[in-house]
Amino acid sequence: MIELALILLVVAAAVYLVTAPLRTDGRAEDEQLEAELAELEAAKEAKYREIRDAELDFKTGKLSDHDWRTLDRTLRGEAVDLLKRLDAVEERVEPLP
Amino acid sequence: MLLAGQACLIVAFCCALYGIAASLYGAKAHRREFVASGRRAMYALAGATTIAFVTLELAFVRSDFDFATVASHSSTTTPLFYRLTAMWSSQEGSLLLWLFLLGGWSTLILYLTRHRLRVLAPYAQAVLLGFGAFFSGLLVFAETPFAKSPMPVAEGAGLNPLLRDPGMMIHPPMLYSGYTLFAIPFAFAVAALITRRLDAEWIRSTRPFTLAAWCALGFGIVLGARWSYHELDWGGYWMWDPVENASLMPWLTATAFLHSVMIQERRGMLRIWNVSLVLATGVLAILGTFLVRSGVLNSIHAFGASTLGVPFLLLIAAMIGGSIALVASRADSLRSENRIDSLLSREAIFLLNNLLLVALCFVVFWGTFFPLIAEAVTGVQRNIGPPVYEQFVVPLALLLVLATGIGPVIAWRRATASNLKRNLTKPALAGLAVCAVLIALGVTQSFTALLMFTLAAFVVAGVVQELFRGVRARRATSRESAPVALVSLVRRNRRRYGGYIVHVGIVTLFVGVAASSSFKHVQDVALRPGQSAKVGDYTFTYVKPTAQLHPAANGRLERIAFGAQLRVERNGKKTLLNTSKDYFPSQDGSLGPVSRFFDGETTTEVALKASLHNDVWAAVAPDIVKLRDRIEEGDKLFDKAADDLTPEQSEEFLALALRGLTGRYAENPPPARFRLEVNPMVTWIWLGGLIVLIGGIIAGWPSRRGATRTVKARYAARVGTEVRERVPV
Repeated sequence: MIELALILLVVAAAVYLVTAPLRTDGRAEDEQLEAELAELEAAKEAKYREIRDAELDFKTGKLSDHDWRTLDRTLRGEAVDLLKRLDAVEERVEPLP
Repeated sequence: MLLAGQACLIVAFCCALYGIAASLYGAKAHRREFVASGRRAMYALAGATTIAFVTLELAFVRSDFDFATVASHSSTTTPLFYRLTAMWSSQEGSLLLWLFLLGGWSTLILYLTRHRLRVLAPYAQAVLLGFGAFFSGLLVFAETPFAKSPMPVAEGAGLNPLLRDPGMMIHPPMLYSGYTLFAIPFAFAVAALITRRLDAEWIRSTRPFTLAAWCALGFGIVLGARWSYHELDWGGYWMWDPVENASLMPWLTATAFLHSVMIQERRGMLRIWNVSLVLATGVLAILGTFLVRSGVLNSIHAFGASTLGVPFLLLIAAMIGGSIALVASRADSLRSENRIDSLLSREAIFLLNNLLLVALCFVVFWGTFFPLIAEAVTGVQRNIGPPVYEQFVVPLALLLVLATGIGPVIAWRRATASNLKRNLTKPALAGLAVCAVLIALGVTQSFTALLMFTLAAFVVAGVVQELFRGVRARRATSRESAPVALVSLVRRNRRRYGGYIVHVGIVTLFVGVAASSSFKHVQDVALRPGQSAKVGDYTFTYVKPTAQLHPAANGRLERIAFGAQLRVERNGKKTLLNTSKDYFPSQDGSLGPVSRFFDGETTTEVALKASLHNDVWAAVAPDIVKLRDRIEEGDKLFDKAADDLTPEQSEEFLALALRGLTGRYAENPPPARFRLEVNPMVTWIWLGGLIVLIGGIIAGWPSRRGATRTVKARYAARVGTEVRERVPV
C-alpha cells in the first residue's frame, strides 16, 4: 500500500513539475536579440580578460613596453567595437514590461 | 520496494522522452513554455532517479536479498561501508549511478543557465535528455536493478573482495562524474552547431563543468592506479589495461580542449578543432562506459551476448555520425576570425600541446582497439603490452613536458627574441643545473628518466619565476607582504595560476612515473622462515608465518588470512611489515564446507612502507597445497556427520576445523613465494595527482561577482577614454 502511494506521489509530482510552465502564459521575447546580446557579452568578457592578461604579461616580463602598448591599443580598439555593437543591439531590444 | 524502484525508472524514462519532444517543439515553434517544460522534465528525471537510487541503496544497507542485485553483490558479512558502495560493482547498479549523476549534473547546468543561452538551451537539454532516455531505457528494458530474486536467499554472494578497498569505492563515482559531466559540453557543442551560435558564450558557460569533469576523471584515474598498486599482487600502478585506457582517452582530449579553447576565446581561432575535441571527448566518455560494460574486452564476441553491447554501439554510431555531419555542414560558420601571428607565441605552443595530446590519445586508442580488431579479423586474441605503448608514449610525454615549460612563459600573439631570452634563460639554467647534479650523483642508468627530471625542473622553475614576477609586480602597486601578494595574485588570476599549479602537479606525477619505472628493483623468491633476500639496498627477511580467521561484524566468518611477517633492513634500520593472502568463502553449494573457504575469491594484502624517496613493497603467495589433504578430510567428516549436527553445532565444528588448519600452517609453514620490490618515488605520483586536483579546483573556482564588476568597471572606464580619444574633433 505504501509502495503504491509512493508511486502515485512520484508520478503526480513529475506531472505537476513538468506541466507547470504550460499552465502559465508564455511571454514572447525576442530570442535572437537576446542570444546576440549574450554572445557580445561573452566576447566582451573574453576581450577584457585578454587585456588583463596582456597587462600581466607585460608586468611579468613577457612583453616589452612597446609590444604591450601596441597590443593593448589593438585590444582596446576591439573592445570599443564590441561595446558599440552591444549598444546597438541593446537599443533594438524592447524594454520588458 | 522493488515495484516503486522500477516505477521511478519508468517515470524517468517517460520524462526523458517527453522532455526531448517538448524541448525540440519549443525551439522550433519559439514556445518558451515548452522549453521550460522540457527543462523541468530533466529535473523530474533527476528526482525520480534519485528516489530509485536511494531505494536500491537502502536495500543494500538492509541486506534485502529480495533484490536480485543485492543478493548477487552483497552479503550480511560485507561491512556497512562496502554495502553502501556495492551497488556500482554490479552492471545494473553502475548504470543507475550513471543516470543518477547525469540527472544531477544536467539539472544543475540547466538550472544555472535557465535565464541565459536561450537559443542553445532547448537543443542542449534535448541532447542531455537523450542520454537520460538511453540510460533509463537500458535500466527499464535490459538491465533492471529492481529484479526480484528467483528464490528466497538466506545469504548473498558478497562483494567481490578485490573491490573492498576505500579507494576503489570512490573511484567509480569519480570516473562516472567525469563521464557524465563531459556530456554537458558535448550537449552544448551540439546545440551551438545546430543553431550556428559558435562564439565563446557556450564555452564560457560550460567551462566550469568541463573543468570539473576533467578534475573528477583525473582524480578517478589516479585513485584507480593507487588501488592497483595497493590491492593487486603485481606491484605496479598502470598496466595499459583497456579499462584504464578507456578513462585516459577522454581525459587527454579534454586536456587538449582546455588549452585550445583559450585560443578561441581570445582570438576566435580553432573553432572546428575545439568543437571536434569536445565532441570527441563526449564520444570517448560513452566509449569508456561501453568498453567496461559491454563485455567486449573479454572477447570481441562477448559483446553480442551482452544485452548492452548493441545499444551502446548504436548510440556511439549516432554520436559519431551526427557529430561529423554537424561539423561538416557548419564548416562555413566555423571559420577562424584570425590566424596565428607567429610560431613564437603561446597560441603556437598550445597548438603543439594539442597535437601531442591527441597523438597520445591516438596511441592509447589504437593500443586498446587493435587486439579487438585483430580478434575480429583473425579470430585470435592479441594483446599489446606496456613496452609497445611506452615506445610511443615516452617521447610524446617528454615533448609534452617541454611544451608545458615553454607555454606559461611565452607571450600571446608574438614573442620577441629578447623577451624569450629573458623568460626562458633562468628556467633552462635550472633544468641544466638539475641535470648536471643528477649526472654527478650517478643517475645515468636511464636517459629518458634523466631527460624527464631535467624538463621537470625547467617547468617548475618557469612557474616559480612567473609567481615571483607576479608577486613583485603586485607588491609594486599594493605594498602587500610577499605571502599576501602571492595569495592575492592567485585569487585574482585563478585561471592562470590554477593552471600553473596543475602543471607542477603533472610534472611531479611524471617524475614519479619516470623514477619508479626506470629505477625499480624487483625479485620473485621462495623463502622459508628465517631466510633473507636482498633487493636493491634492502634486505628482506621472512620472520614468521601468520594465519588468522577474520569474523565479520555479525560474528560469521568473513575470510581466512595466511601471510608472513617480514623484517626489512637498510643501513642498520629495521622495520617489520605484514603481508597476507585472504581467502573468501565461495557461495558454490557443490563445494565442501571446509574447501569452499579455499576455492573462492582471494585478495592480497600488500606490505608497504612508503616514503618520498622509496616504497618498500612486498606481497606473499602462501603455499596451501600441503593443507589440501586436511581440507578434503574435513569435508568428508562433515559429510558423514551432516545429518547428526544442528546448524549451530555445524558452525562450531567448522570454526574448530578452520582454526586447526590455520594453527597447522602457522606451526609448520611450507616455503612461501614472495614478490619483493623497491620502487623509488611512487609517492610523487599520488602527490602529483593531488596537486593537479588542487590546481584544477583553483582554476575552476567561480570568481566573486563584485570582483568581476570592479575589474569590468575599471576596464570599461579605460575603454571609454579611448572612445573619447577616437572621436574626430
